[in-house]
Amino acid sequence: MNFATGAALLALCEENKISISEAMLRRETTALGTGREDAVRRMAHSYAIMKKAAADSLSREIATVGGLIGGEALRVHTFSRQQKPVCGALMAKAVAYALGVPEINASMGLIVAAPTAGASGVIPGCFCAVQEEFGFSDETMADALFCAGAVGYLFMRNATVAGAEGGCQAEVGVASAMAAAAVTQLMGGAPAQSLHAAAVATANLLGLVCDPIAGLVETPCQPRNAVGASNALICAQMALSGVTFPVPFDEMVRALYRVGKSLPPSLRETAQGGCAATPTGCALCKKIFS
Amino acid sequence: MKEISVFDAIGPNMIGPSSSHTAGALKIALMARKLAGCQIAGVRFLLYGSFAKTYKGHGTDRALLGGILGFSTEDARIRDSFRFAREQGLDFAFELDTDNTELHPNTVDIFITCENGRTLSVRGVSTGGGNCRIEKIDGIAVDLTGDYTTLIIRQRDTSGVVAFITGCLSEYGINIAFMSLYRESRGETAYTVIETDGDIPKPLVEKIERHPEISGVRVVQIDGSGPQEGDAT
Repeated sequence: MNFATGAALLALCEENKISISEAMLRRETTALGTGREDAVRRMAHSYAIMKKAAADSLSREIATVGGLIGGEALRVHTFSRQQKPVCGALMAKAVAYALGVPEINASMGLIVAAPTAGASGVIPGCFCAVQEEFGFSDETMADALFCAGAVGYLFMRNATVAGAEGGCQAEVGVASAMAAAAVTQLMGGAPAQSLHAAAVATANLLGLVCDPIAGLVETPCQPRNAVGASNALICAQMALSGVTFPVPFDEMVRALYRVGKSLPPSLRETAQGGCAATPTGCALCKKIFS
Repeated sequence: MKEISVFDAIGPNMIGPSSSHTAGALKIALMARKLAGCQIAGVRFLLYGSFAKTYKGHGTDRALLGGILGFSTEDARIRDSFRFAREQGLDFAFELDTDNTELHPNTVDIFITCENGRTLSVRGVSTGGGNCRIEKIDGIAVDLTGDYTTLIIRQRDTSGVVAFITGCLSEYGINIAFMSLYRESRGETAYTVIETDGDIPKPLVEKIERHPEISGVRVVQIDGSGPQEGDAT
């Protein structure tokens, strides 16, 4: 079993009456020759890493290598316990975890690049929050990672997930689409609804530039992970309600790729535009590398 | 091109912060270690471009040294690789070249000295997403990614050697995915790089090594997740 587009994936799901996760798992065993049990075991290991990074980030103030970030996840977590969260309990948790995993990443801790290290907080942010709120098992969560992986694979195959090539939309944007599809599946959505969620999640972050201060994976990467996670939850909510997006997922993948190609180099991970090029961004860069 | 795995999208599992500047850098050094295939006494790194400018904030130096020590991209010891290197008596140094703008921005030259006095130089490029490419071995232009099990053979550029090598592979039932030959100049040192679909058995390596015109055989396999095989030392 193999597929190169979202449309082909949906056709396979319908034909075989299977979920996106199951289709991706079958693709892994047939197209790559990985044993089914081995793939399931590896994914359980990946989810365990995500969960540990998310939990660790709330256990203490993290000191990062660059020093631009650290302690934000704990602050959000603590405050949302003291005062009713303005964005609701689920979203507050997702935001805290999505801020936290990038802190672990920037302190040379272990993370899962999903699809990249810069966007490593989006999926754990959504997944850990949803698991806590709805009580899904670790096996169910790891299975949903195959759905997220299917969306990520389609972007890797037909577009890009490199910030240097496609900007932040290719990192946080794609991570958000991956999470949106997976959360939709987790909450009982059909494969077509998952791809609607992924398409609109992509559209919402289309054009997002990659402009890291001092070239480090810290600011504004970290708060954008929180945006990616909340965007995913919003899009899953819409898709589950039966809201559709008129542009098919595959066309949004192409759109993201074309937008990425048309971004000037200064906004593609070179630290020469956007936040990085502000007077404060330049001053921070000088301070770090002097 | 290799099929994209679900673990390329959900992965690699890695020590942060950057797939290109940390994980990719480590993989280059890990390949260099495997190419050297010896007890390493000393190593010197020459960093170019973006590597030279931002290595501190990305832990590129610690990752490079971690690769030389045989750590995987998931190994938490990367953060303390300087300490582990000192404990093992490994001599190491970093140099920067920020002037060269012709090379890929994420390029590093690695100069290895083995305990037995042999030396090896490797030029690697981190191409993004934790992937990398070896561009030069001892000054000879090559192209290998470590995505497949790779056999690298150092030989004299003379007739019959390649036929001998492919004969050996055929004898052991190994299917060749890609094969390239690189050489300095006619009759001098050449490298045969063979990427295969299956594992390379040790007796096959030993058989190839015995050919009089062949001066070295290395097997390189880089798996992004999990411990690296044969890297207990």
